[in-house]
Amino acid sequence: MLTGEQTRVRVAASLARRYRQEFLFRLFGIVSIVIGVGFLLFLFTTIIGNGYSAFWQTTIKLDVMIEESVVDPDGSRDPETLAAANYARLIQDALLEVYPEAAGRRDRRALKSLVSTGAAYILRDRVVDDPALIGTRHSFWLLADDEVDMLIKGHVEAGGDEALRRLSDRQVGWIEGLQAAGRIKKRFNTQFFTAGDSREPEMAGIWGATKGSFFMLLVTLLLSFPLGVAAAVYLEEFAPNNRWVDVIEVNINNLAAVPSIVFGLLGLAVFINFVGLPRSAPIVGGLVLTLMTLPVVIIAGRAALKSVPPSVREAALGVGASQMQVIFHHVLPLAMPGMLTGAIIGMARALGESAPLLMIGMIAFIVEVPNSPTDPATALPVQVYLWADSPERAFVERTSAAIIVLLAFLLVMNATAVWLRNRFERRW
Amino acid sequence: MQLSTLLLLLTAASMAAFWLGRRKAVAAVGGTRAIRNLHSLPGYYGYYAAIWCAVPGLLLIGVWLAFSDSIIMARVTSILPPHLVGDSGGDLSLIVNDIKNMAAGQFANPARAVELQPAVELYRSLTVSSRWILTVLLAPVLLAGFGYAWSRLTPAFRARNRVERVIKILLIMASSLAVFTTIGILLSVVFEAFRFFQKVPVADFLFGLTWSPQTAIRADQVGSSGTFGAIPLLAGTLLISGIALLVAVPVGLMIAIYLAEYATPRIRTWVKPILEVLAGIPTVVYGYFAALTVAPLLRGFGDSLGLSVSSESALGAGLVMGVMIIPFVSSLSDDVINAVPQSLRDGSLGLGATPSETIKRVVLPAALPGIVGGVLLAASRAIGETMIVVMAAGLSANLTINPLEAVTTVTVQIVTLLVGDQEFDSAKTLAAFALGLMLFVVTLALNVLALAVVRKYREQYE
Repeated sequence: MLTGEQTRVRVAASLARRYRQEFLFRLFGIVSIVIGVGFLLFLFTTIIGNGYSAFWQTTIKLDVMIEESVVDPDGSRDPETLAAANYARLIQDALLEVYPEAAGRRDRRALKSLVSTGAAYILRDRVVDDPALIGTRHSFWLLADDEVDMLIKGHVEAGGDEALRRLSDRQVGWIEGLQAAGRIKKRFNTQFFTAGDSREPEMAGIWGATKGSFFMLLVTLLLSFPLGVAAAVYLEEFAPNNRWVDVIEVNINNLAAVPSIVFGLLGLAVFINFVGLPRSAPIVGGLVLTLMTLPVVIIAGRAALKSVPPSVREAALGVGASQMQVIFHHVLPLAMPGMLTGAIIGMARALGESAPLLMIGMIAFIVEVPNSPTDPATALPVQVYLWADSPERAFVERTSAAIIVLLAFLLVMNATAVWLRNRFERRW
Repeated sequence: MQLSTLLLLLTAASMAAFWLGRRKAVAAVGGTRAIRNLHSLPGYYGYYAAIWCAVPGLLLIGVWLAFSDSIIMARVTSILPPHLVGDSGGDLSLIVNDIKNMAAGQFANPARAVELQPAVELYRSLTVSSRWILTVLLAPVLLAGFGYAWSRLTPAFRARNRVERVIKILLIMASSLAVFTTIGILLSVVFEAFRFFQKVPVADFLFGLTWSPQTAIRADQVGSSGTFGAIPLLAGTLLISGIALLVAVPVGLMIAIYLAEYATPRIRTWVKPILEVLAGIPTVVYGYFAALTVAPLLRGFGDSLGLSVSSESALGAGLVMGVMIIPFVSSLSDDVINAVPQSLRDGSLGLGATPSETIKRVVLPAALPGIVGGVLLAASRAIGETMIVVMAAGLSANLTINPLEAVTTVTVQIVTLLVGDQEFDSAKTLAAFALGLMLFVVTLALNVLALAVVRKYREQYE
């Protein structure tokens, strides 16, 4: 048995150690928060630092003579003839005009590769749109090749062993010459926002993937919102206390935690192999994502319904409304903002999802921009995955840029959800 | 006739039925002034008529779409030249595919294009006439449904109750979808996994130590029979998930403790949304970050220490995955820590314990079951996570516990087996479904366990 004095001595002796532990414990907490926040900052700075330069694209100014003999030999101005002509030759001629010393075959090829292969298509579209250009001399800003783009942006070095570089010393010399002549300029990269996928980084864009994601989310929203609201209404307002309802509730909770890739297997086995829907189509992706987001929408919907006070129901019942009328005329409108918030959060999650889409073939290389939910398409996060796998250096910045766009979409959706919640949700 | 046109017609017919039904009900009691003599509001009579129009029509269209194609195909394949319709069913399904592709005007199989031409013509004409028959059939069905409803529309008819019953059935169907989804997952995975286990014994799959899913493409090919031992995949999955949990559990738990017990409201309002951002980042972004930034950093760091770190090391994928599940752990722990009654803290503090002693000796033990539940849920999420490991972990199965080497996981293998060309009777493709079944069972078990633990804990204080 300790006396009071002994206890006091013991406690006093241990105090320093205990306060040190207290300090360390708090420090550990702060360090943890710093780790979380620091990682987020690290992630964002890396991605933005890698990606912002992709919003600008190097172009080369060339004076192209649109020779009638090349573009339209029979003089018919027929759009098909114009579209089939060899525009790459016109561009090559224009380059040779600037650097006439590139005489040999290899030199010519090296010179030609400074300009993107896609530049010919852009030139073609310009000429088909405006046949009056034929036979005239016009200066165009043409897309540079991705290697040139990387050099201009400083992502690859011009020094070092020539054999290890994609651009030879000769080519670097030409580029420097073009730059000195003011023929190289970085312009806003509209191609990135308007084009579909491409093997050439300078031609690749996210419009195809964005539209694919849009169609997919449209299908998801149209299905999961009504179904989720209906299920939430039933479970919250009507469900009797029986075995079947228990089964439903357990299932919803479990589905919310099933790995997304398993939903992809379901989509592959049921929607594609059994029902026979087309592979790579946003409609299949939308169906799979519907099944995935449904639990989120149902859980949010139930919470929203629960927050409507019973007095509203009782008042409506008191003046003679049926149970169905109480819910559809009074409770549901009051719960709607909460339900919409849940739906938007579910949509945001669906937008970032990519694993199940890999299973249903949405990672095919698709150049065409989809025009309906049944056209083959890819989605934004899958596009990120595809580009991340590409070896070209220029795809690194494009991947990061696509991530920036994806995150921007998510930010807008979540901000809308928060705004909806703050603006319309009533506290009772 | 296009399907969308048919549906549009059906909608128009239902709207007309609504209008007629409503008008009949109002007219039956002699105008809008006397509608109190109706049992229900006039609109319900309209809805009743519309339902009797739309539901039979939709049923007919649904049944037709489900069965017409296979009936047509049976007719079409019966006129095929006999040598094309071989003994094996697999050939027939390929031919059916060719016919459909050619009918849709897409790519034609050059080897068979000429022979299939008559079948394609027949398929085209039958499809067109099938749609027309459907359209013609639809009219009497709609009329019959509407006629039935019309005959029952009298002022005493309890239209509202009938309509509400239909709505209730729809609500029940919507909420049962979750159950059907689960059944669908189980059936699709179990069925294909069963076919896989007919080719590969279950014991070989569960206990085999080598995973090399290459199967021979030609029968006479040498040395690629394929072995499907899942142990290396399981070990890799556990290694990466273990690293992730080692990161996420202490950090997430400490964040939750700090926010719940120490932080001022100001800090809380700042840190919580930031963690939510961390939770909202798509996993493909984490994967890209792990592969492009973290893995080279680790390799450089390892080189400077004289260690050889694989560029697809388990450590890199695990670390990033750990950061991904930090918000998950912290928000779950936050809930359970806040659920511990304040009186327990007050009692401990009143006895002279420091805040950290209170947390360590009182709050955490009280919250422990909930925290364990949260950790189990986090583990299930880590095991099922796909994109990070697909992008940052290795492809080849490697039975090791060295976190600096490349390992592969169950989800990575599912993706690599199923992406690209698939043949639905090869063991290679079916193996993905067996892995999917394993993944589903493991995560489901973890979830059920976690929920049971959490529920039991909640009962204590409520």
